[in-house]
Amino acid sequence: MPFRWNPELQSQDITPESWFRERRRLLQGAAVVGAGVLLGVEPFGEVTAKSEPLSDVRPGVVTLDEAQTPFKDATGYCNFYELGSGKEDPSRHGGKLVTDPWSVLIDGEVARPGSVSLEELLKPHPLEERVYRMRCVEAWSMVIPWVGFPLGDLLKRFEPTPKARYVAFETLHDPKQLPGQSRNVLQWPYREGLRLDEAMHPLTILAVGMYGQRLPNQNGAPLRLVVPWKYGFKGIKSIVRITLTEQQPVTSWNLQAPEEYGFFANVNPEVPHPRWEQSSERRLGEFRRRETLPFNGYAAQVASLYAGMDLARYF
Amino acid sequence: MARVRRWVWLVSLIPLAWLAWGAWQGGLGANPVERVIRFCGDWALWGLLLTLTVTPLRRIPGWSGLIRYRRMLGLSAFFYAVLHVTGYVVLDHFFAWQTILKDILKRPYITIGLTAFLLLVPLAITSTRGWIRRLGSAWQKLHRLIYPASVLVVIHYFMMVKADYRAPLVHAGILGVLLGWRVGWWLWHRQPVG
Ligand code: HEM
Repeated sequence: MPFRWNPELQSQDITPESWFRERRRLLQGAAVVGAGVLLGVEPFGEVTAKSEPLSDVRPGVVTLDEAQTPFKDATGYCNFYELGSGKEDPSRHGGKLVTDPWSVLIDGEVARPGSVSLEELLKPHPLEERVYRMRCVEAWSMVIPWVGFPLGDLLKRFEPTPKARYVAFETLHDPKQLPGQSRNVLQWPYREGLRLDEAMHPLTILAVGMYGQRLPNQNGAPLRLVVPWKYGFKGIKSIVRITLTEQQPVTSWNLQAPEEYGFFANVNPEVPHPRWEQSSERRLGEFRRRETLPFNGYAAQVASLYAGMDLARYF
Repeated sequence: MARVRRWVWLVSLIPLAWLAWGAWQGGLGANPVERVIRFCGDWALWGLLLTLTVTPLRRIPGWSGLIRYRRMLGLSAFFYAVLHVTGYVVLDHFFAWQTILKDILKRPYITIGLTAFLLLVPLAITSTRGWIRRLGSAWQKLHRLIYPASVLVVIHYFMMVKADYRAPLVHAGILGVLLGWRVGWWLWHRQPVG
């Protein structure tokens, strides 16, 4: 069983103060790099792949017995249309995104709505390392060690009302920082959503880092969603708004091509994309394709969420 | 003349050499398979567009000699199309014929790509001097298959794109101009351009 889950390692102590000072310092550092880029000193597109290590991360909260994708590939081959539609565009154009200061609006069906700074948002949540498979809807995959915390822990703080049934997310909308947004390739801002039970599932996390480092801009700094049993496009990046809703929210790719990208977007080898098979995938770094696993290999943990549902219809 | 053609052939190998160099250096990025397939698809299409540019250009006084390169250009385009399709069969699916067959039957963009490829095959085969002689005036007619083939390739390109249609649009525009010029010629002269 390649999957290890340590539920006892959840929501215990609080991030030490020293870590916050450290974090603030790092954010300032990021701002300096960002400013440098604005001034036109763009060092070869690898701006943000510079390491900004995160401290006090609980190692191995979820591990995986599969080779991790090299950092260079996971940060150099990205889909983040806000930074361009080519795979190498995001690492090249990520430099204009300023992630400090950053705040997130949490509203909708919650008892305590409001806008919180990133520091405040992160404060009570110990960071965990979780190694997940990442399966893109384009039939390639990676293995990425994320650093983050369960989304459910965050949502509970804002006290969802009994009416809340879904969670909607929005990416920052600012074509100056995210130049891809100056063209309507998708309808901006990028929007994603989960059913509340999916959002509360312990595998669903908000990530602030990967490979022990702060998230590079091209990977969705400073805060992104990771739902390992769903196709990668569900993992919305650079989140500025989280809204609890009664109705199923509109999601970007579903809006763009409803017959190709469903709301659920659970990894499912049996349901082909209209233009390609989903039964196999290319793990980056491997030559032969490998079989795609139902729910991306997390069926034991999440299949029960969809008991009785026709997964071909609700794809 | 033969020497000039050999030069065209050599020049047309430069993209392949560049690709091989990249592969050797490990410089094809995180997804080399995708890179190879797209690279060869792009050059196949560009080869077709270049081939289609010869006829309009040779109408410019003094440029009629360009015709000498047309066959070589067409063959180069076909060469990259073969690499593109080989990349799909070998690198992408590693001879998983069942999957490939399913792809061809179920995925319109693959069906269309294959149709374009099959249209190009007879053109490549009949590009020798012997065939030109044997076919006579039918040769010209047969080789007009490059028009539908190119259109299908651009459609193939459109259909594989997820959301950002800029690149296929640019190619469609160029192809539109090249084919539009021929339509214009035909309307003006009441006969197809040679
Ligand atoms: C059996 C025939 C063919 C098959 C199976 C095939 C397969 C493919 C596949 C799988 C892709 C997408 C690659 C990706 O998503 O990364 C693609 C893209 C493409 N193909 Fe084909 N193809 C065929 C014929 C052709 C032909 C004959 C041409 C041109 C002469 C062509 C030109 C292209 C172009 C220009 C692209 C887009 C490349 C890009 O995105 O830069 N294809 N083809």
